[in-house]
Amino acid sequence: MNLELFLLAAAALFGVGLFGALTQQSVVMLMMGLELMLGGVILAAAAVWHYIAPAATDGQVLVVLAVTVMAVEMAIGFAVVTALFRAREVDMTDEAGDLRA
Amino acid sequence: MPENTVFWVLAALAVGGGVMVFRFDSMARATYALLLSLLCVGGMVILLGLDYLGVVIVLMMTIEMAIMAVFMVMYMMNPAGLMPMSMQHNKKGAAVVCTGVFLLMASGIVLAPWPPRAGTADDDPTKALGESLMGPQMLTMMTLGFALFATIVATVLLATHRGRYDRLGDDLRARRADDPVPGGVGR
Amino acid sequence: MPEAAPLWAALVLPVALCLAAVAAAAFDAVLGGDARRGGPGVLAAATAPVREGLRLLAQQRRTTPSADVALGRIGLGLVPVAAVLAAAVVPWGGVSVADPVVGIVWFNAMEVLAWAAVWLAGWGPNSALSLIGGYRFLAQGLAYELPHMLALTIAGLGAESLRVSEVVGAQQGLWFVVWMPAAFAVYLLSAPAMSFWGPFGHPLGRDVAGGAAAEYSGVDRLLLLGGRWLLLVATAAFSVPLFLGGGQGPLLPGWAWTLLKTAAVLAALIVVRRMLPVLRMERYMEFAWMVLVPLALLQALFVAIVVLNR
Repeated sequence: MNLELFLLAAAALFGVGLFGALTQQSVVMLMMGLELMLGGVILAAAAVWHYIAPAATDGQVLVVLAVTVMAVEMAIGFAVVTALFRAREVDMTDEAGDLRA
Repeated sequence: MPENTVFWVLAALAVGGGVMVFRFDSMARATYALLLSLLCVGGMVILLGLDYLGVVIVLMMTIEMAIMAVFMVMYMMNPAGLMPMSMQHNKKGAAVVCTGVFLLMASGIVLAPWPPRAGTADDDPTKALGESLMGPQMLTMMTLGFALFATIVATVLLATHRGRYDRLGDDLRARRADDPVPGGVGR
Repeated sequence: MPEAAPLWAALVLPVALCLAAVAAAAFDAVLGGDARRGGPGVLAAATAPVREGLRLLAQQRRTTPSADVALGRIGLGLVPVAAVLAAAVVPWGGVSVADPVVGIVWFNAMEVLAWAAVWLAGWGPNSALSLIGGYRFLAQGLAYELPHMLALTIAGLGAESLRVSEVVGAQQGLWFVVWMPAAFAVYLLSAPAMSFWGPFGHPLGRDVAGGAAAEYSGVDRLLLLGGRWLLLVATAAFSVPLFLGGGQGPLLPGWAWTLLKTAAVLAALIVVRRMLPVLRMERYMEFAWMVLVPLALLQALFVAIVVLNR
């Protein structure tokens, strides 16, 4: 076990999550990809805390931040899907193209 | 080394579960594959010596995925997964991008001259985290608190289709809110 | 500091938990037998859970078309496993199977596995009624979890530690139940809620033909119904180190006091259960948010002030 192994696992999670977030048409599945990516971020932050700077707490704070972001992302995501579904009975990204900025 | 074995098992389950999320046809299975993956992330965080954060990840992700399953079944077109289907677009491009990103990160990870370990961990990392969040990192904590509060308000606003005029009448004078589902306090 | 339990304790724990669950179920059956005139005798009632368990062991498994067998079985197995894992941090006198630094959070995390478990068990058989049961438990979980977490937090706050043995140690002289009655009451309310039993048995309600358990028979049913007794025993047992001073008491050794107090809490829950109707979750949800959460927050404020001035 060393830093590189943990980071590689984190990068793999991030990559798989990115694939999901890019390919999935359903907003809910897309959010699952985002969750996986954030899981990778959490793992990387914890590994860097353990192997590089265990004396400082910044790595831990980053994990807390990522966990909170996951919760916020889920809640807002589901709320948007619910609102979207109410308005036009779709939950696919392709059919909500006008949400583009 | 048992720790090494644990790491390899957890890492394999985490990545494997992550891959299966996008391969399962059944929405319930996809959700719980994601839960497995994230639980393994929690396990690895515990392996790194962050007991509190690891267990909190397990706790939070279990609740999140249990609720996510409801939304999956509610919104997806083949909830039970009785027929194989694909709901993907731009698969090739995404695969190229992801492989590229992964290779880039992997080469960075392998090639970067990582600094040696500086200092030792606190005896009780949980306490250190708490004191840091209530001390130097107070601003982070307060921002998180406000963000969570804003999330609660925003989610309710987005998800509900009934406003206060629906509940309390046009002049907001109704004595009892007109709710479709009565609550337990008898208002 | 409690001594580390020997390794065999990990094997004894599930057995002990099962015995306690059978005893609790027998007590419940005796009370139920008394309630109906002309019911079975005390002996027949007391052995009813064991006989029912044996019957289920021998019964054939029911299968449903296009069921998601894998997920359903994972869910069923997870119910007793979650109970045993949660009970691992309960100290028996001075000894506990595991005493992690974050014991309270561990208990919480393991008991939340029941959310996933019941939903999966409801999802598995591909039946509408059992899925309704699973959904009901999720709604129930959302209702009980927040006050429950606050109650756990308050006990940790009073002891200034998340390690269960230190929570017990902090109650030398004064049990937490004396100065945290609201937290104790909230905890007791959520104990039957998380084991979806008694007044919180809506997920397995009769109106949906048994809810999450509707399609299960044989071993599957035994796992689900026995698992919830295990969960109930585990949560009742955990209230002892949290609020009732753990193994502290005169004369008797620590493990005996733990056992006595656990039995008392269980008996109280079982007796009170007969006086309460089954709750619908939207009702409990509003009650939890409007009454229990503010109450628990006030209790937390009080405890925090006491701790700061100690």
